Amino acid sequence: MPDFLQIEHIRKTFPGVIALDDVSFSVTGGEIHTLLGENGAGKSTLMNVLTGLYHPDRGEIRIDGQKVGFTSPRDSLSCGIGMVHQHFMLVPAHSVFENILLALDNVPNLFNRKEYRARIKQLIDQFGLDLDLDSPVWKLSIGAQQWIELIKLLMRDCRLLILDEPTAVLTPQEADRLFSVLQQLKQQGKSIIFISHKMREVMQISDRVTILKKGHSIATLERGSFDENRLASLMIGTDQIPEWQKNLQMSEEIVLEIQGLSVRNDRGLSDLDSFDLKLKKGEILGIAGVAGNGQKALAEVLTGLKSASQGRIMAKDKDITHSDAKKAYIAGIAHIPEDRKSIGIAPDMSVDENLIMKSFRNGAFSHWIFQDKKAIRRNAAEKIDQFAIKTGPDGSPVRYLSGGNIQKVIIARELSEKPAVLVALYPTRGLDIGSAEYVHKVIADGADRGMSTILIAEDLDELLKLSDRIAVMFRGQLVGYVDPRNTTREEIGLMMSGEKQGVAG
Amino acid sequence: MLEILLDATVRAGTPILFATLGAIINERAGIINLGIEGLMLIGAVAGFAATHASGSLLIGVIAAFVLAFLAGSIHALITVQLRGNQIVSGLALTMFGIGMTALFGKEMVGLTITGFERIAIPGLSLLPVIGKPFFNQDLLIYFSFVLVALIWLFFYRTRWGLAVRTLGENPAAADTCGVPVNLYRFLAVTIGSGIVGIGGAYLSLASTPMWIENMSGGRGWIAVALVIFAGWSSPRAMLGAYLFGGITAMQLRFQAMGTTISAHILQMLPYAFTILVLVISTMRLAKGASQQPESLGQPYDREDRK
Amino acid sequence: MKLITERREISSRLLRFSAPIVSIAIALFVAGFLLLASGVNPLEAYREIIIESLGSIYGLSETLVKTTPLIFAGLGVSLAFRMQIWNIGAEGQIYMGALGASGVALFSGIGNHWLMMGAMFGAAFLCGGLWAGVAGFLRARWKVNEVIVTLLMNYIAILWVDYLVYGPWKDPKGFNFPLTAQFSDTARLAEYFNTRLHSGFFLAIFCALVLYLFMERTVWGYEIKVIGSNPKAAQYAGMHTGAAIFFVLFLSGAIAGIAGFSEVAGLQHRLQHGISPGYGYTAIIIAWLAKRSAIGVVIVSFLMGILLVGGDSLQLLWQLPVAFVYAFQGLILFFLLASDFFIQYRVKLVKGGRHA
Repeated sequence: MPDFLQIEHIRKTFPGVIALDDVSFSVTGGEIHTLLGENGAGKSTLMNVLTGLYHPDRGEIRIDGQKVGFTSPRDSLSCGIGMVHQHFMLVPAHSVFENILLALDNVPNLFNRKEYRARIKQLIDQFGLDLDLDSPVWKLSIGAQQWIELIKLLMRDCRLLILDEPTAVLTPQEADRLFSVLQQLKQQGKSIIFISHKMREVMQISDRVTILKKGHSIATLERGSFDENRLASLMIGTDQIPEWQKNLQMSEEIVLEIQGLSVRNDRGLSDLDSFDLKLKKGEILGIAGVAGNGQKALAEVLTGLKSASQGRIMAKDKDITHSDAKKAYIAGIAHIPEDRKSIGIAPDMSVDENLIMKSFRNGAFSHWIFQDKKAIRRNAAEKIDQFAIKTGPDGSPVRYLSGGNIQKVIIARELSEKPAVLVALYPTRGLDIGSAEYVHKVIADGADRGMSTILIAEDLDELLKLSDRIAVMFRGQLVGYVDPRNTTREEIGLMMSGEKQGVAG
Repeated sequence: MLEILLDATVRAGTPILFATLGAIINERAGIINLGIEGLMLIGAVAGFAATHASGSLLIGVIAAFVLAFLAGSIHALITVQLRGNQIVSGLALTMFGIGMTALFGKEMVGLTITGFERIAIPGLSLLPVIGKPFFNQDLLIYFSFVLVALIWLFFYRTRWGLAVRTLGENPAAADTCGVPVNLYRFLAVTIGSGIVGIGGAYLSLASTPMWIENMSGGRGWIAVALVIFAGWSSPRAMLGAYLFGGITAMQLRFQAMGTTISAHILQMLPYAFTILVLVISTMRLAKGASQQPESLGQPYDREDRK
Repeated sequence: MKLITERREISSRLLRFSAPIVSIAIALFVAGFLLLASGVNPLEAYREIIIESLGSIYGLSETLVKTTPLIFAGLGVSLAFRMQIWNIGAEGQIYMGALGASGVALFSGIGNHWLMMGAMFGAAFLCGGLWAGVAGFLRARWKVNEVIVTLLMNYIAILWVDYLVYGPWKDPKGFNFPLTAQFSDTARLAEYFNTRLHSGFFLAIFCALVLYLFMERTVWGYEIKVIGSNPKAAQYAGMHTGAAIFFVLFLSGAIAGIAGFSEVAGLQHRLQHGISPGYGYTAIIIAWLAKRSAIGVVIVSFLMGILLVGGDSLQLLWQLPVAFVYAFQGLILFFLLASDFFIQYRVKLVKGGRHA
C-alpha cells in the first residue's frame, strides 16, 4: 500500500531563521505517526506547511502519490488534511454551533439551522461529550475547546488529523481518553500525526516516530525499534545542557500568604475563587493545574496587574491587599510572564533598553530627567555576558532574538534586583532543552540564595523535578498540596480535575 | 408637532444610517474604515452628477454606490492585500474624497435637480404619530429599512455572514476553515463603502437636492462613532442614527423658532452629543454589554509567527 | 498560478529611505491625470508650484510661513504617534490655541511685549493641551477611541471660534466681517526681511530640537517609547500607562496649540474665521511621512509648505479648489502605505491548486 502522504525535502525559511531544512517523512493510512522534537525543532512549522498556512521555499508534498501545491488551508482541507492547532482556531465570542458550522464543507449559504444542529449534536453525543451548542466558546474549559476543534475535523471527514501538543491542556486522565479516541479513529483507517515532546505519551501511542532536530528530519523509527532513551538521545543529541543541583529547602518561614482571594475577569467571572496559598522562604512552590484554571490570574494579582475583589494578601503577617504597601511590595516581586513576546518585552526597542524597563528611573541609569546612556550600555554588556544572551548587532530590536534569548533578557532584567519572590508563569514554554534547563538552573540557584519561587507550569515532569512542594489548582481554587517526592502523576491528575482532595496547608 | 419632529428626525438620520450600516460591514470583517466621511462625499457628488446627466434618480443612486465601491476598493487593497495601516489609509481616503469631490464638484455647484419625493404607503402612513414620519417618506428611506433587516439576516442567518463575522474575530480561524480571507474582507470593505456612498447620495438627492462642497459636514465621523454605540448591530444602528437625526432636527427647529442661542453653539450639539454617546457606549463595552470584533484593525498575515 | 507574499529578512535602508520620495513622485504622476481631467496642464502646474514656492525670496518666505504651523502641528501629532496614540485633532487644537492667544492679546491689557508673548504662548499651550487632554482623559480612563473624539472636537473648536468672531469678539469696526479687532504691537511677533516670515518659524525649529532631546535623552521619552512599543509590557513593568496617555495627548495638543499662537501673533494679528485651512490634517501626513523623527517633521513640513503655497497659486491661476491639495495628500498617503508593503514583503508567483 503506497503511503497516503509523502513529504519530501521541504525547506522553509523565515527572516533570519531556517525553520525547516530538507525534511522528509511519510504517513500511511491508519497509523499514528508521532513527530518528536524539542521546541523550536520545526514541528509546528512543518505542520503549517502541510495545512497550507505556510508556503515552503522548496520541496514536495504528495498525496496518494500525486504532487500537490498548497497555497491556502482551503487546498489542504480539500485533500482531507485537518489540524488541531496549538493555539486554537476558535472564535471565543461565537457559539459552539457557529464555530463548528463554519468548518463544515458544502453548507449552503442559506442553511437549514435545524438540520445542521441535529448533525452536529449527533457527533457530539457519539463521543459522549457534554457540550451546549448555544454556549459561547469562551465559557468552556480549554479541554472542551479542544474537543470542538477535533469535532470540526471529524465533521469534515478528514483523512489525516494533525494534533499539535494536544495533551498540554489536559489532565493525565483526559489525555488517556483522547488517546482511546485516537485509537478508534485509527481503526477506522484515518491517519494521525501526533506532535509531542513528552516521551511517555510518544511511547504509549505511536506506530512510528519521526524525529525532528533543528529543522532536519533525522530519523523515522518503527514501533518496537525505539525506547525512551533512544528517542531522547536522538532528539537532544550532543547539545550542552547546563548542570544544576536541586537542594531541598527546609525553612518554615512564610514570606507570602494568600487568604480567600477572588479575582474577576473581564467577563465578570471569577478567575480565582477564595484561593489560598502559603509560600515559604527559599522554596520553589510548583503550581499544577490544567491551563485556564486561574493560574494566570494568580500571577497577575501577585504582580499588580489585576486587583482582588475579595480576600487578603499577607506579606509576613502584614495585610498588603489594599494598602500602598502592596505597590511597594509587588514592585519587589519578579515576574516571568506567560506570553513573553506580548507582555515581557518592548519588541521594537534594543536589548539595552529592554534590560532597564523596570529600573530606568534608578539613579544608576539616569541623572535628573536625563538617561545615562553609558551606564545603560554597561549594564547591558554585563547582563549579556552573565546570562549568555545571543544578541544581534548593537541596538537592533529585541524582537529579532530567538525565543530562548528573549526569555533570557526577561530573566536577566527580573532577577537583576535580587527579588525575594519570583512568579514564573510557564517559564520554559517554547524553549529548547538547553535554554529550558538554563531557566531551571537560574530558579534553583535563586532558591539557594533564599528567593521564593511560585512556578506555574503545565508539564508535570518539570514540576516534579524542580519543586519543593506542589499546590494543585482547579477552577480558581486550591485543591491541596502534594510532596513531589512521594506522589504520583495519577494523584496529581485526579486533583487537577477536582476529583481528589490533597493535604491542606 | 411631534409628528413633524419625528419626520425631520428620520430624514436627518437616514444618511447617517446608511453610513453606519456600511461602516458596520467593514468593521465586522475586521477592517476599520475612517474614510466614511470621504466616501459620503464621493457618493453625494456621484449621485448628483449621474442624476443631473441622466435625469434618473435610480441611476444616481447606482452611481453613488459604484463610485464609493471603487474608492473603497483603494482602502480595501491597501488594508487587506497590502496589510497597510487601517487608520492612516482611512484618513487618506477621507482627504482624497474631500479633495476629489471639491475638484470634480466645482462645476456642479448651483445646479439643481428634482430630488426624491415622498410616497405614502397605503394604510401604514395613516397610523397616528408614526404613520407619516415612517411611512410617508421617499424610496431611499424605505430602502434603508429593508437594508437594516437584510444586513441582520446576512450576518446571523447565512454562512457568508458567519464567515465575515469570523474574519473580524479571528481571521486565522476562518482561514483554517477554508474561508478565502482576503477576498471576503475585500468585498466587505468595498460593499460597505458602496452603502456609505448611498448615504452620501441621500444628502444630494433627497435632503437638499443640490451639490455643496463638503456637504457631509462630519456625518461620516458621527457614523464611525455610532458603530460603537450600535454594538456592530444593524437594528441598533437605526436607533443610533435616529437619535442623531433627532438632535439635528431639534437643533434646526430651535434655529427656525428664532431662539437667542447662537446658531454656532447649536451646531455643536450633534458633535458634542456624539462624544457623550461614544463615552457611554464605550463604558458599556467595558462592562461586556457588547463585544468589539476581536481582530478589528489588525492586518492578517498567514505566515506571521505568533 | 498564484501570488504569495513573503516577509523580507531585513528591509534594506535604501528601500526605506527612498520609499517616501518614490511615493510622492508617483502621487505627483497620478495627480497629473487629475489636473488634466480638470483642464490644467500638469507640467505647467508643477512648474508653477516650484516657481511660486521656491523661485524667489518672497516665495521662499511664504513657504516658510506655511511651514511654521505645519511643524508645530506635525510635532504634536508625531509625539502622540510615538505612543501609538492617534491625535487627529491638531486642527481643532490649532483653533483653540489661536483662541486662547487671541483672548490674551485682546483682553489682558498687558503692556510689556515679552510678558504679552509669554502669556499668549501660555494660553495657547494650555488651550490646545486641554482640548486634546479631554480625549486623553477619556482614553486613559475608559479607553474611549481617541481618533473619533479628537476628530469630532475639531468641529466643535472651529464652531467656538466662529461663535466668537461672528458674535462677542467681532470687531465693531470690521464692516461685519467675521474677525476680531487687530492686535496691538505688543501682541505681535517680529517679522524679518521685509516679508511675512516671523519669529514663529524659529520657535518651531527650536521646538523640534527640544522634542528631539525629550524623546531621545530623557526618562520620559524612554517611557513613551516603551508604551508605544508595547503598552502591556509597560504596564507590567510598573509604568502608569493611563497617566502617560493623558500627558502625551495633552502635550501633543499643546504643541499644536502653539501653532495657533504663532498664526495669530505672527501672521494674522487677529482671530478670524478659517484661521487654519487644514494644517492639522496635513500634520497627520507629515507625522506619518516623518516616521519617528522630529527632524523628519521639519523636512516634511517644508515639502508640504511648498505644496500649500503652490496650491494657492493654482487656485489663483486656474480656479482649482484649495481642497485639491487634500486629494493630492490622500494620494501620497495611499502610495506610501503601498510602498511600506513592498519594503516589508516580496511577492512571489507560485504554482497553486490541489493537483497541479
